[in-house]
Amino acid sequence: MPFSQTIKTFASALGDPTHPPPAGTIGREGAPDVRRFAVYRNNIAVSLIAALEARYPVTRRLVGEAFFRAMARAFAARNKPRSAVMLCYGVDFPDFVSRFEPARDLAYLPDVARLENAWVEAYHSAEEEPLALAALAAFDPAALGDSRLAFHPAARLLRSEHPAASIWAGHQGEGPARPPQDWRAEETLVTRPDADVKVRILPLGGYSFACALQGGATLAEAHAAMDVDGFDPGAHLVGLIEAGAISRLKI
Amino acid sequence: MSETARPSPRVASALPNRSGVGLKPEHIDEILRDRPALGFFEIHAENYMGAGGPPHRRLEAIRALYPLSLHGVGLSIGSPKPLDRDHLGRLAALARRYQPGLFSEHLAWSSHDEGFLNDLLPLPYTQETLATVCDHVDQVQEALARPMLLENPSTYVIFEESTITETDFIRDIARRTGCGLLLDVSNVLVSATNHGFDPGAYLDAFPLDHVGEIHLAGFAEAEDDAGHRVLIDAHDSPVRDRVWDLYRQVIARRGSAPTLVEWDNDVPEWSVLLGEARRAEGTMADAASMSKEGAHRHAV
Repeated sequence: MPFSQTIKTFASALGDPTHPPPAGTIGREGAPDVRRFAVYRNNIAVSLIAALEARYPVTRRLVGEAFFRAMARAFAARNKPRSAVMLCYGVDFPDFVSRFEPARDLAYLPDVARLENAWVEAYHSAEEEPLALAALAAFDPAALGDSRLAFHPAARLLRSEHPAASIWAGHQGEGPARPPQDWRAEETLVTRPDADVKVRILPLGGYSFACALQGGATLAEAHAAMDVDGFDPGAHLVGLIEAGAISRLKI
Repeated sequence: MSETARPSPRVASALPNRSGVGLKPEHIDEILRDRPALGFFEIHAENYMGAGGPPHRRLEAIRALYPLSLHGVGLSIGSPKPLDRDHLGRLAALARRYQPGLFSEHLAWSSHDEGFLNDLLPLPYTQETLATVCDHVDQVQEALARPMLLENPSTYVIFEESTITETDFIRDIARRTGCGLLLDVSNVLVSATNHGFDPGAYLDAFPLDHVGEIHLAGFAEAEDDAGHRVLIDAHDSPVRDRVWDLYRQVIARRGSAPTLVEWDNDVPEWSVLLGEARRAEGTMADAASMSKEGAHRHAV
């Protein structure tokens, strides 16, 4: 059999647990061996599930180990890593969770998973010095409205109909989980200005404002698009800079 | 680093002939605090392919104190498919950044149309597969501008269509490409047990003079359909006595070599892993003093 055909046959048998081991792969009895071939299938499944467990520890804690494993196994069966860089594996797991029928009642679960994914992406993102708040003083306030912001590579914005960030924060550490104080929508900013990833809940309107800026709007344009009573763009801008979400102001 | 001479396989490893361990994030604070005497640390290249962040900061701190071995687990050298040029580029960038003493990869495949399978999968040994693997090793050595080490696999099945023994296959790759070899002694015992051959005979046939690094690790146990014992290369436990025995034989024959203790799953306390590395170093020291005694007896 040509090399490419041998490997193709092996790979397709790996992908389908009902498939017998490929003819021509043999154990000590000189014949295909189901349990031997299952070692490879198991290695793959276990390693992919372990990668998801490591990326989504709070999601796992929320549903329990057995439920999470079943959900992760179902994801891994349909979604193989796209590259050997496993740091990127499971980016689309939150969307899978949102469609996973047995988790349907846990409407907040996909958003908690999205926050965990943002956390990992921020953790591995490129190094860059965030803009210092003091640097803001150097800018002419009159020109500020026409300026645009370059976001820091680690900055991630999320919006949830649920208190996803409070749920996430309440499940950090070893102790008993702390439930959110208010059950309400939350907007969240994830940053890594230095070594540590920071998660902060934004004040009302913060998500839309920051998304507009991230999309390339000037400060004045982003402000004009806001539909929130008494919205204070200056306070929001200071908040974004303090969080380390901004790399540069472009006048 | 001098570009003038292509190092021979003998010096494809620029690591000291001492023991090292796989670098685990949970151990790094303790290592940086205590700075234990160790020959080197080994990293899985793919774990450091993020753009930045704490993993790179910690690795830089470790690299400032210790030699480094770069071990790839995702290049899929044993695949009939062309190597992933992007992945090769990422490896070359890591090698430029951290200047490792050596780069090693596996005689195995891990990617196919379905995507990356995250396991080290076996290939048949024929003239056709030999040519493909040699081609891939050449490409890696060209991209990294240095000889690589190729690691012998642990396998659970073999291919009926194979026409070349594993040791001949590996010897031919080293001869044709000039690559060095990474001898995983645990893999030898795992495969020997799984396929019913003598690990000592395998080592007799293995081209030890091309070995630039040795791996030692723990394994798990299972059974096949016929009830034969099957060892699984799990890297989840201490190195077994039988592996230490084989290691001693290799060192007695080949002399000391950079030796890595791999422990990737159920990672123990730092002191336990360090103890395993110390044991490897002790084995090398015993072999060296015995060979000196032997030489002395000869002289007398």
